[in-house]
Amino acid sequence: MDPKPTPTAGPGPNVGPGPNAGPGPNAGPGPEVLRCRGLRKEFGGQVVLDGLDLTVAEHQVVALIGASGSGKSTLLRCVNLLEELHDGTIELDGEEISAPGIDPDKVRRRIGMVFQSYNLFPHLSVLDNVTLAPRRVHRRSRAEAETRARELLDRVGLAAKADAYPDRLSGGQQQRVAIVRALANSPRLLLLDEVTSALDPELVGEVLTMIRDLKAEGMTMVLATHEMGFAREVADQVCFLDAGRVVESGPPEQVLAHPTQPRTRQFLARIIEANRL
Amino acid sequence: MSTVLHDPSPAQQARTAYRRRQTVLSVLIAAASTAAVGTLLAVTVTGAPGWDRVQQTFLDPQLARDALPQVLTGLWLNVRLLVCCAIGALLLGLLIAVLRTLRGPVFFPIRALAAGYTYAFRGLPLIIVLYLLTFGVPGLRLQGTPSVLVLGGLALILTYAGYLAEVFRAGIESVHPSQLAAARSLGLTHRQTMRHVVLPQALRRVAPPLLNDVVALQKDVGLVSLAGPIDAVRAAQIASAQTFNYTPYIVAGVLFVLLAIPLIAVTDQVTLRAARRQSGG
Ligand SMILES: Nc1ncnc2c1ncn2[C@@H]1O[C@H](COP(=O)(O)OP(=O)(O)OP(=O)(O)O)[C@@H](O)[C@H]1O
Ligand SMILES: [Mg+2]
Repeated sequence: MDPKPTPTAGPGPNVGPGPNAGPGPNAGPGPEVLRCRGLRKEFGGQVVLDGLDLTVAEHQVVALIGASGSGKSTLLRCVNLLEELHDGTIELDGEEISAPGIDPDKVRRRIGMVFQSYNLFPHLSVLDNVTLAPRRVHRRSRAEAETRARELLDRVGLAAKADAYPDRLSGGQQQRVAIVRALANSPRLLLLDEVTSALDPELVGEVLTMIRDLKAEGMTMVLATHEMGFAREVADQVCFLDAGRVVESGPPEQVLAHPTQPRTRQFLARIIEANRL
Repeated sequence: MSTVLHDPSPAQQARTAYRRRQTVLSVLIAAASTAAVGTLLAVTVTGAPGWDRVQQTFLDPQLARDALPQVLTGLWLNVRLLVCCAIGALLLGLLIAVLRTLRGPVFFPIRALAAGYTYAFRGLPLIIVLYLLTFGVPGLRLQGTPSVLVLGGLALILTYAGYLAEVFRAGIESVHPSQLAAARSLGLTHRQTMRHVVLPQALRRVAPPLLNDVVALQKDVGLVSLAGPIDAVRAAQIASAQTFNYTPYIVAGVLFVLLAIPLIAVTDQVTLRAARRQSGG
């Protein structure tokens, strides 16, 4: 929730883009937070990411769209070092986190991730879910971690649920707790993987509102989504993935309303058709 | 539970009354059928032509009283062995299960060893492990060889750890990979993930089968008497050999059941709680 870079973040905000950061179509306004170059990932011979490039600037919100199986989740998991890369490099605040010898546990502390299926820990109360990483990873005292957790929960209207267990919460509440849990680490970058896909339509709104608020606070985010309306509203940049590459990217009004690539047009046409049904 | 006063409607009153009638009825049927079966059994057994002889050789009250102290002394050994071996086997089993979950080529030898352990000790009959340890190890005549009792306990621990490790492993693998991904994405190390996310969930799920194995262990601890130490069954055997009467065995059997009842009750309780948690209650 803290828009200022955390002390652990690499170069400060006044450091310009790296030497390789040309004014390409992806270059955003602030300093780069994330830069993926030529990412390749295979699953048993099936190429899922095929030389994918992606750049995310500070305070920017990037929406990943694309058909099911186009590699959105895989990309997010690779960025969080949950998957082993088969080629390419990933930089976080100018530091290559895909380099050999980098401790992935330390990198993941700087990146928050929220999953489609919430993945709250069922044996822990909401409060313990949120304070687990601050206490175990950042070695905060229980009191300190709980004070901050209650503060964060309060901001999203979940203060009353602090002592409840996840199975007593609605899907929307669970997903908001999952976001709070990721935020408790004060991440530099937040990855959201179709965070509303498992929700009943009437619960989608509360999660989207939360993401909107995070954007207003300046959180840098990459989100995979099937909600084109939301992508249009909240994203600074939309990337259309197809067969493991970013086929088209740009401001939402351009990519969603006036796509130049035939694959993008096809995909959007299908979505519009599906929504009419 | 609502504490607000609520007058049940006639429909609810009728339902409650019906349920109560049903409960009373089923209790009556259960009592009657139990009494009938019990009487039939008693009449058949006591009416059998050899009943008098069986009563003398198996149910002699005087011999039972005489054998009780020795059998109790033996049982105390069972209890001590059970406690030590259960704790030892649970810890060793957990360790082996956790070692088997380590990922990455660096840990291959450890993984292979742990896997080999579970294969070997689940395959080997307990009696053979017992003989190997209690007769083989002292045969080496090494300095500081522990007593036969300790070696026998070790054999029990080694064998049961193999079974318990597989139960633990099943529990660990029943935790969905998405839980691991969530924990790792928060920056938790593999160890922290195991300690705070995987094991608490796994242990809850496998507590009933684990306790069940402890109940089985309680019967197997007596096997150490094959190597010399006198447990309850061995004490009963000695007593019955002196009198040519089987009553001491009955004494030991009753004591074993009495000993098992609290353990089995705890197991049932834990199983029930686990089942309730599963159904979201
Ligand atoms: N662990 C895995 N093992 C094997 N194949 C996998 C694995 N994870 C993903 N894949 C494959 O990689 C491809 C891309 O999957 P991914 O989940 O990244 O797609 P996605 O764009 O997120 O799709 P969706 O919109 O349905 O979430 C799919 O064909 C999938 O079958
Ligand atoms: Mg996906």
